[in-house]
Amino acid sequence: MEQTPGMEELRIEVGDALTHNVRPLLNEIRHALEKLLATGESSAIDLRSIPLAPGEEEQIEQALGTGEISAMLDAMGPSEIRETGYPGVWLVTHFNVDRQLMGKFIEITRVPDLLKSPDEDIADGLQRLAGQFAEQQ
Amino acid sequence: MSKDKTLGDVLKSQRISRRGFMKFCAATASMMALPPSMIPVIAQALEKARRPSVIWLSFQECTGCTESLTRSHAPTVEGLIFDAISLDYHHTLQAASGHAAEAAREAAMAENFGNYIMVVDGSIPTANPGYSTIAGISNLDMLMETAKGAAAVIAIGTCASFGGIPHANPNPTGAVSVSDLVKDKPIINVPGCPPIPMVITGVLTHFLTFGTIPELDDLGRPKAFYGKSIHDRCYRRPFYDKGLFAETFDDEGAKKGWCLYKLGCKGPTTYNACATTKWNEGTSFPIESGHPCLGCSEPDFWDAGGFYKALSIPTEDIARTAVYAAGAGVAAGVALGAASRAKKALAEKRHEKVTIDDLEKED
Repeated sequence: MEQTPGMEELRIEVGDALTHNVRPLLNEIRHALEKLLATGESSAIDLRSIPLAPGEEEQIEQALGTGEISAMLDAMGPSEIRETGYPGVWLVTHFNVDRQLMGKFIEITRVPDLLKSPDEDIADGLQRLAGQFAEQQ
Repeated sequence: MSKDKTLGDVLKSQRISRRGFMKFCAATASMMALPPSMIPVIAQALEKARRPSVIWLSFQECTGCTESLTRSHAPTVEGLIFDAISLDYHHTLQAASGHAAEAAREAAMAENFGNYIMVVDGSIPTANPGYSTIAGISNLDMLMETAKGAAAVIAIGTCASFGGIPHANPNPTGAVSVSDLVKDKPIINVPGCPPIPMVITGVLTHFLTFGTIPELDDLGRPKAFYGKSIHDRCYRRPFYDKGLFAETFDDEGAKKGWCLYKLGCKGPTTYNACATTKWNEGTSFPIESGHPCLGCSEPDFWDAGGFYKALSIPTEDIARTAVYAAGAGVAAGVALGAASRAKKALAEKRHEKVTIDDLEKED
């Protein structure tokens, strides 16, 4: 977002006493990863539901780092689905068609569901493909 | 668009993919403050949801609530209004005016009697019905007539929920809230001046998704959004716990982002989702911008003794807080002593500080 000139000077400093929610969140992710490995059960965390001080969301993202896979989804606006530096921990960010943030989730799973082709869409595509053959005949 | 179609049908006819729909559901879960594990449940419910008719009445209000709603971004309010609900009457947003507008309201009422949602923003004057009318109909008459066939009532904003600013002392119009008048319908209060856009759409979406009223607190507010105080979820809370407070708007504490309790922050007595949902696409909320919470989602917030007067009763362990505060006071004293007194006097000459007392002056 464009910042009004001069706003930088007004910026309120972030003291050292933040919410202390970064470490517990990372711990929650650790437990979720253990559960994923032991039982195969996936979990997700809505980043909007946690009180975070300015800069703490960036701290979390930095702590998680960047992994090997990054995918863009184009459905009702763009979404970024990115594996973090910890395999099995994904950062999913949704934007609407105006590129406004709609939601940010940390998913602890082998493959986020959004990456798999859904049956409904496969069936729809199959129908279209079959339709092409019908037209040609 | 036919009202018999489900939301699933509507999305399908618009060629929205399953992934797009699931993304919409993820944003919806987040908006309704539900855990991500609820996303599949929401998807199932929304697919089968039928578009409810919504009649939106605006009484003694400033249109701030509608302005807030139309800045809701997730999912886009256009999407919500045109795909998910049938907004049959809203005199600020609809194209029709005059008799045609009132005819639309009457038609929607007759067609959906017993099933529509009545949304109200603004308070209702009772001292003299002539203080606020729409198409010659007094607010009171329109409210009571429209309420008869409503399945549920959603009071949007502090005016509709608790009387709000029109109700403030000396309340010249005899303004009252919706729940003061409508006694026989379920009412959801969504206070705030204005309410957070996401909370407005979240409550509408909850009704649309589950067809039920969300769990409410003792003031009729959905617990999902109003269940925790601003103070409890404030990122500056650790400063309160340590007794680190800003004493003026431009002192060291203010610059370091310390707790605004002493500047009159009503966070401890205010229940709302600002601290987590935030405003302007999740950018910030008043405290994050350096201003105390005004307590706008609470009854009588306008008469609560002054925006810049500290709450008289600490919410927590008073002895502990006092000890911390005293400690902070000593530290501040040391810092002051270190500064040259001459420098300080010069600074004071150049820069006249606005004190809390100035802000509280009556005239």
